[in-house]
Amino acid sequence: MSPLQAPGKQSGLLSAATVPKDPHMNAISPEPPAPTITNEPRAVSTLRVFGVGNAGVNIIESLLHKGAGSTDLVAVNADGASLAASAAPVKLHLEPKLLRGLGTGGDPERGRCAAEENFTQLTDACRGAEVVVIVAGLGGGAGTGISPVLARAAKETGAMVLVCSVTPFECEGTRRQRQAQFGLEQLRAVADGVICLPNQKVFKLIDQHTSLLDTFKAANELLADGLRGLLCLLGRQGLMPVHPGELCALLRGRVGESALASVEAHGPNRARDAAEKLLAHPLLDGGQALASAGPVVLGFYGGTDLSMADIQRVVEQINRQCENPQMLVGATVDEAFRDRLTVTLIAARREERAVGTENGAVTDAASRARPASAIGDDTEFLSMTAPTRSRTRLVPPAPTLPLEQVEQAFARQNGTGGRPRKVTSRLRQGTLPLDVVSRGRFDKTEPNIHRGEDLDTPTYLRRGLVLN
Amino acid sequence: MFDSSSIIVGLELGTSKVCAVVGEVGEQGMPNIIGLGQCPSHGVRKGEIVNASQTEEDIRNAIVEAEQMANAEIRSVFLGVSGGHVRGFNNRGVHPIVSADREITEEDLQDAIKNAKAINLPAQNHVIHAIRQHFIVDDQDGLTNPVGMLGSRLEVDVHVVHGSLNRLQNAIRTVKGLQLEVEDIVFNGLASSLAVLQRDQKELGALVIDLGGGTTDYVVYAGGIIKHTGVLAVGGDHISNDLAIGLKVPLGRAEQLKLEYGCAILDDSAKGQTIDITNDFGLPMKTISLENLRRIMWLRLEETFELIRRDIEEAGLFDYLRAGVYLTGGGARIPQVAQLAESVLGLPVFVGRSHSLSGLKSALDQPEFATAIGLVRFGANRRPKQKRKPLVQEVAETFRHLLGRR
Repeated sequence: MSPLQAPGKQSGLLSAATVPKDPHMNAISPEPPAPTITNEPRAVSTLRVFGVGNAGVNIIESLLHKGAGSTDLVAVNADGASLAASAAPVKLHLEPKLLRGLGTGGDPERGRCAAEENFTQLTDACRGAEVVVIVAGLGGGAGTGISPVLARAAKETGAMVLVCSVTPFECEGTRRQRQAQFGLEQLRAVADGVICLPNQKVFKLIDQHTSLLDTFKAANELLADGLRGLLCLLGRQGLMPVHPGELCALLRGRVGESALASVEAHGPNRARDAAEKLLAHPLLDGGQALASAGPVVLGFYGGTDLSMADIQRVVEQINRQCENPQMLVGATVDEAFRDRLTVTLIAARREERAVGTENGAVTDAASRARPASAIGDDTEFLSMTAPTRSRTRLVPPAPTLPLEQVEQAFARQNGTGGRPRKVTSRLRQGTLPLDVVSRGRFDKTEPNIHRGEDLDTPTYLRRGLVLN
Repeated sequence: MFDSSSIIVGLELGTSKVCAVVGEVGEQGMPNIIGLGQCPSHGVRKGEIVNASQTEEDIRNAIVEAEQMANAEIRSVFLGVSGGHVRGFNNRGVHPIVSADREITEEDLQDAIKNAKAINLPAQNHVIHAIRQHFIVDDQDGLTNPVGMLGSRLEVDVHVVHGSLNRLQNAIRTVKGLQLEVEDIVFNGLASSLAVLQRDQKELGALVIDLGGGTTDYVVYAGGIIKHTGVLAVGGDHISNDLAIGLKVPLGRAEQLKLEYGCAILDDSAKGQTIDITNDFGLPMKTISLENLRRIMWLRLEETFELIRRDIEEAGLFDYLRAGVYLTGGGARIPQVAQLAESVLGLPVFVGRSHSLSGLKSALDQPEFATAIGLVRFGANRRPKQKRKPLVQEVAETFRHLLGRR
């Protein structure tokens, strides 16, 4: 569409959308189906998953391979090549003129421009969905730039927005990290719930010889697994349903990373196996994530033979690891899942203190991403045309924060609040090659988890001491 | 042969040894230790049975030895239990006094305790002890025995120790498989404290740490009552395991090194020293650093004390420990462990000896037998003191019972 047309359409849409704020009210009111989406909403609460950026599209791809059930998958990217390779049923190619088919070139501002230009297209794509899940890899151009705008577009159609974001590896450079942090702040301001998973954790899964391709694949697989569990939890009318609103309420306002893990177990002992697998899950740091977790969401997905005792057994195991659990449990039964059990766990870090949003840059980011109704239509209109100003070949520098602010933000992100226990966990990373040492004579016994540390592992290993 | 009813036997199924102590109740009701049997334990890990048949064999050996030494037949035992599943917490029970004269009777007391025990524990958990701390009558605090007092509302504070029923049953079933009766199960930490502490130390406030092979149990006394109990599933076994992993030696060798060269504190004297390990033929096999050995041990022990300190600090009981800390169990034999505990806990630390009983000197002086000796003491307190009464008085009492008068 031409940029001249866009503003008029948007403002009309806005005035219509600002009135009903309650998403449920809006979902009931009949809306004409969007032209790009051919699927009719069929589940009770319609889920739509958007994979944004290269990483997002890849994760969607993995999800598609695993079988996503009755969810609509949409791939959104500024890079045509990535979309062409994708098998997603619906694809949205956002391409402003200045990109010349080359993607965003790692610049979130360009991604943002592209998204703002095609805002109506995004709104149309979101229409009809009750819950919009945005999957994006932050740090690059498309994921960081497009997803906040997409989240806002989804909010305007009245959908509830849940974001699953992946932050880059630490070795990918500070610029990407900073961009990711910035994107995360923007997303937090506009989305209902943000689940943030640092890629760095995947390092625990791989050895020195794993190729780059396999590393990203492993990361995608893990996230797709978790995501599938999450979708099952939200998408199907369960026996013990978890309402998306409840989930978002738990996740809202959480700072720092969360953990999303999903495991599957078979056989008669599946409850015990599932609990064990969960506790050993690499994304949960061997239970350490649970010890520092505030709210914990557990989703069960099993056959008709799923028993209450199974659920209780797993919940109890998890409960024992958490210090003050605020637990939300959901269960879904599917005939095809006989003798199988999938358990999905979402753990958000406990609130330590409020985010220091008093500094200018962050509030700026937040207000830029905030929905229109908060500011008023006119100002929103202005702020929406503002990004076109930066249509220049010059690559603007990454969003700037004072150095100590950046450090603070990362400290918060990694959960290193200066407490001594966290330092030991950080030190432990240095001794990863030694981690192949088994627990010796306690190998087969129940793990001895105490405040997130397995006491059966020798103390000197946990303290990261190297014996000469 | 003694009359078997006057014999009290404490049986501890430890991770490193199974130990049976026989006590004989004297005239004044205090037990006298007359027998001791022990056997290295093979089927217990972290305080819980993992190989029942092997443990059964070990128990049999220990019991036979104790029977021979005491020259008595053992029919029933008081069984010590521990393990990571055992937890303790404080609870309060309330009972309204409804009788017309508002006098508190023994039944009211029992009802109040029963209410205090009725806590929302998971179904598979079993209350091992509900130890009464204080009674409160109409907000009047600190009563030890309110029977006969007047009031409308009786409350009782209890310390509840509970554990997983199935795991407790495992130990009981194993003992019962040997045709032995289990009179009661007792938390190991509580038993140790009974053996080590005198009345005045309990009044002053004391911490008893039982450094066992598989678990570390601890009990806090303050003002004469039990305020706090805890279990860490970490013990001497873990030290051996750490050494085996850290020094890359087999587990049996690590155990041996721990006993021969172990020390709780890392000082300069160990710097640069090495130990040569020889094989069966006396040929040198490997050289390990004494400093590394001591450092691994020190870190593990320091961490254990640190965890206990943190737990007691969180319970807010640190200022009540005026009599100091008493160490028992095999871990108390580690050289300089008291010094380490002193530096971590900041309190005077003693290696506990079982002074509260009389009998075999060789048994009472060893800290590792404190638990089993404490079990005997527990049994002596539990069993009603039976004094032979004159026949006339006995008949008179029977009649009085029949007539329902008190």
